[in-house]
Amino acid sequence: MSKNVSAVKDFTKGLWEQNAVFKQVLGMCPTLAVTVSAINGIAMALATTFVLVFSSMIISLIRKLIPTQVRIASYILIIATFVTIVDLVMKALFPELSKALGPYIPLIVVNCLILGRQEAFSSKNGVFRSVLDALGMGAGFLLALFMLGGVREILGSRTLLGFQVLPNLYEPWLVMILPAGAFLTLGLLMAYFNNREINKKTKQREAILQKHLSSKQSPAVEGGEA
Amino acid sequence: MNTIVKMLITLTIVGVISGGLLSQISNWAEPKIEMNRKLETERAIFLVQPEAKSYLKIEEADFELYQVFKDENKSESIGYALPFEGNGFQGKIRLMVGVNVDLQQLVGLEVLEQVETPGLGTKVTEKPFTNQFIGLTANPIVNWTKAEANKDKSEIQTITGATISSKAIVVIINDGLSKLRSTVENGEAK
Repeated sequence: MSKNVSAVKDFTKGLWEQNAVFKQVLGMCPTLAVTVSAINGIAMALATTFVLVFSSMIISLIRKLIPTQVRIASYILIIATFVTIVDLVMKALFPELSKALGPYIPLIVVNCLILGRQEAFSSKNGVFRSVLDALGMGAGFLLALFMLGGVREILGSRTLLGFQVLPNLYEPWLVMILPAGAFLTLGLLMAYFNNREINKKTKQREAILQKHLSSKQSPAVEGGEA
Repeated sequence: MNTIVKMLITLTIVGVISGGLLSQISNWAEPKIEMNRKLETERAIFLVQPEAKSYLKIEEADFELYQVFKDENKSESIGYALPFEGNGFQGKIRLMVGVNVDLQQLVGLEVLEQVETPGLGTKVTEKPFTNQFIGLTANPIVNWTKAEANKDKSEIQTITGATISSKAIVVIINDGLSKLRSTVENGEAK
């Protein structure tokens, strides 16, 4: 039972609790650069997830064979291999998408999200858990990039995934598809989520306090039980 | 000593496996990538030379140049398609120009690659701007103006807020044209 719970936890923690973009603020370069549209965000996140999952799998498999002195070098080699595979496959099968993402696909190699997960997780855990962790982190990255890309696409070019969602009456905010728009959107989204979290925590604390106070106000009951 | 050997062996093994895998993938992907590139060029050629039915790459020229023909069996040439690149506002602009057979009139223009400012500079890729070049006589070169364009003076009107990008397109076309003209005149391409 507890094993199942921890496996689920391995996956879900990356989704929100330790979300790479909103909570850990990792992998900012692709996050900010490619999210001019939702589809770009999705493609980038899927490519990153592919690299993350396979690198995690291989690294957790051979983690005991790699001498600690050269572990980073080996990780980078393995990550770079998968990134090159993604790059070649995308160029061959999806030339349009590959063009839109440009140099940011090869740059996945240096995405600290990926190396970070290898150092923090795959190099210390088994294959099953590492793959779950990678999938979770990837899904969280996808969620974040889709949100950023979606907001920027709607406000910046009136569309979402290519379909028009805002009327022609609305004048697109050019700034949203410029780099500044990425920073603005990311900042505002982060502020919103942090604010929500703080509110939730405050409420929880108040609830505990209330409970505590009300139990003190009726000492008779407590005394009676004791 | 022992650790050094172990380090070397580990990295070598990882490197060899990685290299082997990549060469396999590359063998599979390269022809497809080449094919995509070719399709894209082909598409652009027929866009800037709408009347063309077939084309031929001119190998003698020291830059990329295509001659286009009116029919499938490449007998009657109706002009050239010339991919050319130069500097835009922030980065490289790559475009394809269609020129008629006497190298005077532009037949079409298509911007293949650009990294101009979204919303301003990117307007150079849109029809209202590129259509100005269709049927324009470059005699001897294309000129630009901020006022209303006079076709008799080979003029095009630049885009408000994107003068540099507009001028860049004109400069690239003129560079390409002069190169094309000197190549054709020297008889390297017939």
